[in-house]
Amino acid sequence: MKQRAFIEKLAKTIVLICAAVAIFAVCAITLYMILKGTPALKKVGVYDLLFGKVWKPTAAHPAYGIFYIILSSLVGTAAAILLGVPIGLLTAVYLSEMAGKKTGSIVSSAVELLAAIPSVIYGLLGMMLLNPMMYRLEHKIYRGDSQHVFTGGANMLSAILVLAIMILPTVISVSKSSLESVPNSLRAASLALGATQEQTIFKSVIPAAKSGILTGIVLGIGRALGEAMAINMVAGGAVNIPLPFNSVRTLTTQIVSEMGYAGGLHREVLFTVGLVLYVFIMIVNLILLNARKRGAN
Amino acid sequence: MKKKVIAACLAACLMATMTTGCKSSAAKENNASGKLALAGSTSMEKMCEAMSESYMDANPNVTVTVEYTGSGAGIESVTKGSVDIGNSSRGLKDEEKSKGLVENIVAIDGIAVITDKDNGVKDISSEDLSKIYDGEITNWSQLGGEDKPIVVIGREAGSGTRDAFEELLEIQDKCKYAQELDSTGAVLAKVAKTPGAIGYVSLDVLDDSVTGMKIDGVEPTEKQILDGNYKLQRPFVMATKGEVKDQNANVKSWFKFVESKQGQDVIKKVGLIIPNK
Repeated sequence: MKQRAFIEKLAKTIVLICAAVAIFAVCAITLYMILKGTPALKKVGVYDLLFGKVWKPTAAHPAYGIFYIILSSLVGTAAAILLGVPIGLLTAVYLSEMAGKKTGSIVSSAVELLAAIPSVIYGLLGMMLLNPMMYRLEHKIYRGDSQHVFTGGANMLSAILVLAIMILPTVISVSKSSLESVPNSLRAASLALGATQEQTIFKSVIPAAKSGILTGIVLGIGRALGEAMAINMVAGGAVNIPLPFNSVRTLTTQIVSEMGYAGGLHREVLFTVGLVLYVFIMIVNLILLNARKRGAN
Repeated sequence: MKKKVIAACLAACLMATMTTGCKSSAAKENNASGKLALAGSTSMEKMCEAMSESYMDANPNVTVTVEYTGSGAGIESVTKGSVDIGNSSRGLKDEEKSKGLVENIVAIDGIAVITDKDNGVKDISSEDLSKIYDGEITNWSQLGGEDKPIVVIGREAGSGTRDAFEELLEIQDKCKYAQELDSTGAVLAKVAKTPGAIGYVSLDVLDDSVTGMKIDGVEPTEKQILDGNYKLQRPFVMATKGEVKDQNANVKSWFKFVESKQGQDVIKKVGLIIPNK
C-alpha cells in the first residue's frame, strides 16, 4: 500500500515538472525578449525606431527606422486573411455541409496534406513559379515607367498569395470542426421553416459557429504574422513601402536575413524587431483567449 | 548485454583520449603559448574566425582573440601597440606605413558582377555600374542592350560582399536595391532566373549559370585580379608594427600558419584568393 502511494506521488511530481517546463519556457522567452529588445529602444529612441522610415543600419550615419517593416507585416497579414479566410470558410462549409463521403474525404486529406507541407517548399514554389509570373505582370503594368524599381517579381503580392495559401489549412480545419459541432436540430428547424439550404448555412449554421470560425481566423493571423522562410524567399527583401509590386521586408524576414552579420547596435535593433513581433503575437493570442472564453459562455 | 555496452563505451573513450593526446603532443613542438590579439576589419570576420579556429586547433596553448572594430580602428590599435595584428580590408596608406606598419597581404577578395545568360551587355564601365546601383540607369537600352528594365539585386546590410562592392565603387548607402537577398547562392539563383537582373557575388562562386561581366573591359578571373587589372578587388591586410620576423613568437607562428598549406586552405575555403608571393 505504501509503495502504491509513493508511485502515485512520484507520478504527480513528474507530471508537475513536465508542466513547469512549458511555463518556464514561456517566462524565459518573454524575459529574454524584453531584456534584449529594450536597450536599443532607449539608444535609438522609441519614436525614431518604431516610426522611422529609413533603414540603413550600416551607413556612416546609421538609421534604424522599422516603420515600413512593421507596416509590411501588418499589410501582408491583413491581405492574406482577406484573401484566405473566404476561401477557407467556404471550403469548410462545403466539407461539413455539402460534400458526399467520397469527395469529402478527398478534399479533407488534401487540406491535411497542405498543412503538412513545410514552409520552405511553399517558398520554393513561390520563387520558381509565382515570381516569374509576377515579373511578366509587372512588365505589362509598368512598361515604360522610369520611376518604378523593377523587382523581378519578388514583391508584396507574391508574399500575400503564398501566405493566403499557407493559412488555408488552419482556417479550414478549425472552421470545419466548429461547423460540425452545430447541432443538427438547428439545421432541421431552419429547413422545416422553409429556408433553402443556402439560407440555412449562411443565416443559421455559420452564425452559430461564429466563435469557432473566429478562432480559426485568429490562428491564421498568428501563422501569417510569424511565417519567415517562405516570405524570405518570395518577397525580395528590400525595405520599402508595402505596395503590391514593391519588394518588401517583414518583421520575421528582417531578423532572418540580417542576424548573420549584424553587430553592435544593429544587432540590438534586430532583437527589438523580435520584441515587436513578439508583442504582436501576444496580442493575437490574447484576442484568441478572449474569443474562446466568449465562445464557452 | 549491459556490461558489453559499458565496456564498448569505455574502450571508445579510451581511444578518443589517446588520439587527442597524440594530437596535442604533436602540436607542442612549436613553442608558441599565451595570447594573440587581432583587431580591425569587419569584412575579414569570416576569414579570421575560420583561421583562428584552425590555428588554435594546431596550437592549443595560444588563445587568439579577434575584435571587429573596422579597418581604421584596427590600424590605429596596432600602431599604438594595443594589439599584435591590425586587420585592414584596404591597402595601407603611405602615412600609415611611415609609422612603421608593415602591410602583410594574406588574401585578396574579388567580386564578380553577374547578369542572366541572355543579356547582351557583357562589358560595363565602373561608372555605369555605379549608376545602375544608385538608380540613375534603369534600363539596359541605356547601355546599348535590349529594352529591358534592370532588376538590381544585392546583399543584405552587414554582408561583407555588399560592404566591399559599395566601398570599391564609392556608392556606400546610395544603392537602390530591388531585392536584398541573404546569401550568395540566392543572388546567383535569382540573377540566373530573372531576365534583366544584375547582381554581385564573391568571385569564387561564379559559374556557368550566369554571365560574369567584364568591368572596364577586364574579365573577372583570378589571373586578372592577381595582375591588378580587375577593379572590384581589395586586399586583406594583417598589418604588424615592424617586419613579421621581428615580432614575438606567437605572431610569427600565426603568420607561419597562415602561409602553411592548412592556412591557405582556410583562405580558399572562405572564397578568397591567395596573393602572389
